[in-house]
Formats: sequence, C-alpha cells, structure tokens
Amino acid sequence: MIGLHEVYLVAGAMFALFAIGSVGDRANPRRFTNTAFWGLFALSFLAGDALGDLGNGALVIAMVLLAGIRGLGLGQPKTTSAEQRTASAQRLGLKLFVPALAIPLTTLLGTLLLKRMTIHGAPLIDPKQATLVSLTLGAVVGMTLAITLLRQPWSSPAHDGRRLMDTVGWAALLPQMLASLGAVFALAGVGPVIGDLATQSLAVDSRIAAVCAYTAGMALFTMVMGNAFAAFPVMTAGIGLPLIVGRYGGDVVVMSALGMLSGFCGTLMTPMAANFNLVPAALLELRDRHAVIKVQVPTALLLLAFNTVVMIAFVFPD
Amino acid sequence: MLVLGGIAVVVVGFALRLHPLLVIVVSALVTGLAAGFDPLAVIAALGKAFNDSRYISLVWLVLPAIGVLERAGLQQRARQLVTGLRTATTGRLLAAYFVLRQLTAALGLTSLGGHAQMVRPLIAPMAEAAAESRLGPLSQRIRDHVRAQTAAVDNIALFFGEDIFIAIGSILLMVGFLHNNGHTVEPLRLALWAIPSAVAALLIHGFRLWRLDRQLARAVAEERAA
Repeated sequence: MIGLHEVYLVAGAMFALFAIGSVGDRANPRRFTNTAFWGLFALSFLAGDALGDLGNGALVIAMVLLAGIRGLGLGQPKTTSAEQRTASAQRLGLKLFVPALAIPLTTLLGTLLLKRMTIHGAPLIDPKQATLVSLTLGAVVGMTLAITLLRQPWSSPAHDGRRLMDTVGWAALLPQMLASLGAVFALAGVGPVIGDLATQSLAVDSRIAAVCAYTAGMALFTMVMGNAFAAFPVMTAGIGLPLIVGRYGGDVVVMSALGMLSGFCGTLMTPMAANFNLVPAALLELRDRHAVIKVQVPTALLLLAFNTVVMIAFVFPD
Repeated sequence: MLVLGGIAVVVVGFALRLHPLLVIVVSALVTGLAAGFDPLAVIAALGKAFNDSRYISLVWLVLPAIGVLERAGLQQRARQLVTGLRTATTGRLLAAYFVLRQLTAALGLTSLGGHAQMVRPLIAPMAEAAAESRLGPLSQRIRDHVRAQTAAVDNIALFFGEDIFIAIGSILLMVGFLHNNGHTVEPLRLALWAIPSAVAALLIHGFRLWRLDRQLARAVAEERAA
C-alpha cells in the first residue's frame, strides 16, 4: 500500500538531490550552508520517524540557525537563457501547456480514482492519504511528460528544481514551522486563554455587539494563529454558541458559516498564514515580503464588514 | 496568561521584520517554558510537531516539473499567448482567473490552481505581459505589484469559493464541532450560506480589478514623469 511513508521517501530523495547539487555550485557563496540546509530537510523526510522527538527538535533548531544566522545563498544551476527560452517557446507552442495541465489533472483524477483501486484485494493506496499521494503522482507525471514530450535532459529536474527551491529559500520551511508552533500553542493551552480573554474583555450586551465581537474575534484570532480552523472552535464555544445562539436565539448554521468566512478574512491579512501570503511573495521574487497581504487587506476588510452585516440581518429568526 | 508571551514574541518579531524562522523558535520556547515545561521537553515537543507536519512541505514536490517547464520556455509561451490578444488587460485577465478559480473551488476542484503550479509559471507572466503590451516596459516596483495582485486573486477566489463545496475541510470541521456541542446541522445549509459572501467577494474584488488597469496606467505615467 502506497501511503505517507512512500511519499516522504520521494520528497527526501528530491531534497537530497538539491543538497548534492549545491555542493559543487561554486557560483553560490554559501553553497555549503545550502547543502546542510537541504540535506537536513532530506534527512527529516527520509528518517524523521527514527530520529526521536529530541532528535527532530535538534534538527529543527539546526535548520533554523543555518537559515536565520548564517543565511542561505542563491545557487546558479545550469539552465537555459532568456533567448533560448523564447526560441523554445516558439518552437514548442501549445505543447508546453500539456505537462503543466497534466499536473493538476493527475492530482484531481488520482484523488477521485486511486482510492478505489486494489491489487489482489489490498488497497493500492492509503485512502486517508489519497490527496497527498495524488499530489506526488501529479508532480512525477508532470515532470516525466515535460522531459519526454518537450525533449529536455533527464538531469534538468534536479538543476531547475534546485533553481526554484533556492529562490524560495528558507520560506520553504515556514508553513511547516508555523504548524509546529500551532501544535506547541495547543499543548500549552493558548487557545482557551485567548478565548476567555476575548469573552471577558468584550462588551456584548446586545445582539449586534455579540455578532460584531464574534466576527471580529474570528478574524483577529485567525490572524494570531494563522488558521481559521484553530480560531473557530475557540470563538464559537466562547461567544457564538453561548451568546448569539444561547442568549439571543440565533441560527447555528448562519452563524457558523459566516463566522468561518470571517476567519478567512483574517487569513488574508496575516503573515502567520505563510503558505498563502509569504510563500507566494518568495516564489514570485517580490522584494516586499508583505506585498501580497497589502493587496488583500482592502478586500478582506470589506468582506468582513459584509459578513457581519449579513449575520446581523439573517441570524436572528424574528 | 503567561503562555500568551509566545504570541507577543510572534507579533513583535513579525512587526520588526526579524527573521521569521528565529521568531517562531523563540516563540515556541517562550510558550513552552511559560506553560511549565523544561527546555528539553519544549524542543522535543517542537521536534515531534515538526515531524508530524512534514506533509505540509510536500507542495515543493512540484518544483522540479515546474523548473523543467520554465527551462523549456513555459513563461515565455504564456506571455506570447497574451501579447497576441488585443482585448487582454491585466485587470480583465485576473478577473477571468478569479471566476475560473472560484467556480472550480466551489466544485471541490481546489487543486486546479495554486502559487507554484499556476501563478508563477502561467498567470503572473500573462498578467505582466498584458500590462507591458499596453504600457511598455515596467519598472521593478510595478512588476512586483502586478505579481502580488496575481497571488492575491488566487487566494481570495479559493477561500471564497471552496466553502460552497460541502465536502471541504472547513465545512466538515464545523459539522463535527457543532455535533460535539449538541447541534446537528446539514452540511448543505452551511454551504448555501457561503454563497452570499462568495458573490460579495467576486463583486468587491472584481471592482478592484476593474480599476487596476487605470491605476497601473497612472502609476506608469507618474514614474515616467518623475
């Protein structure tokens, strides 16, 4: 059965190739730092379960110190020039889009179909991990098609993959690190403390005030935690259910649906939601790390106001 | 209350633009110590959480494929496609991508998009080319702004589309949480109540994208005058 373990081996192999490629890259002044950083990431994927909790903790801190104190460099792997790419684009034409579209389509079909497939009665893949297995499959199919259909060298995924990976740099670790921080917060009981603080400090002596406290609280708490899923249980148990539903007789469904969407407005405004807001800034090589957030804030605030007004208008039955 | 010290570290650290990875580790240490764990136990807890959330970093598996496609000229091809279209402007193109992304997300097809797979190799070069074919070569500042707009469209359309699909994570989380608190709710009703905000997102952000073309033209003119 193909599951998370196999997918992690593929990821480990990829990061190991990036680490090996960095060693010989003399154009990168920090080539050994990059080697160590991607090498440790490879180790985490290949042998994370064997390292033990403290071992993994040491690995995390080593990676953070390498990136945060020493700093990663930008590798310059062998690739094509801008002129060569323009010529290649003209020559290959629409064929170029085939592997690009094959990636999401394979992921999509895999998610729908692989779950049902069996070999000698045993499931082909772990049904709980269908999405991640399909994502990996999509990446491998896209890569293979790009090499064969577009006649690119077999060594190019290692080179051009590393080129992109170095562009993203330490930001690549950020989403996973923030999720880990969230887990430490949960262990220390941070959520309930914030929930109590919010319920005690907010004056909620009318229906409208209760709704405003709930939607604004969802957005703010999401901004702190980086994730609306972490905010929803705390705010709904703290303000939503006892006040909007309990005291003022509001509708549970209207409240929950609009409450979650208010949380999404918070996601658009926080660097803590790194995978949506900081990673694209790195991928698109923006000089301002917060440029994506700045573009999103006006829409997020207007939508938060909209959600609040709709909830006030429709959550109470009379 | 002391456990909130970690949150203060994050807020101050991000505001001062210190290195985010260092900020996160310090925040985890402060939080754990405030909750009464000894330092080694905090490091072990962080290590366990890191190991358990490796799946989050699997998105990078797509980079080799995207890298090979870029090598073969995918970004240039995406630009050529747009340069040939007289009616394509940055605002219209991004509005079209917004509608496409929101509709597919509403059908549960959230993997048809994303910053590594769609935005960097395809949509951002198209949006830049559309701006360039009308306004001439762009400064780095304006180029960055167009790219940031592209990333924002992918996010907003996804967030305010996916909640219409009844089997998406957020709906399942709400149903489960409410069930545990004594309220049995229909996923379909939750999904229906996501529609007004989805329409509002389309109208609000659509309006901003409609104005984007003129804003870009003005910004370019101002830069050239200066």
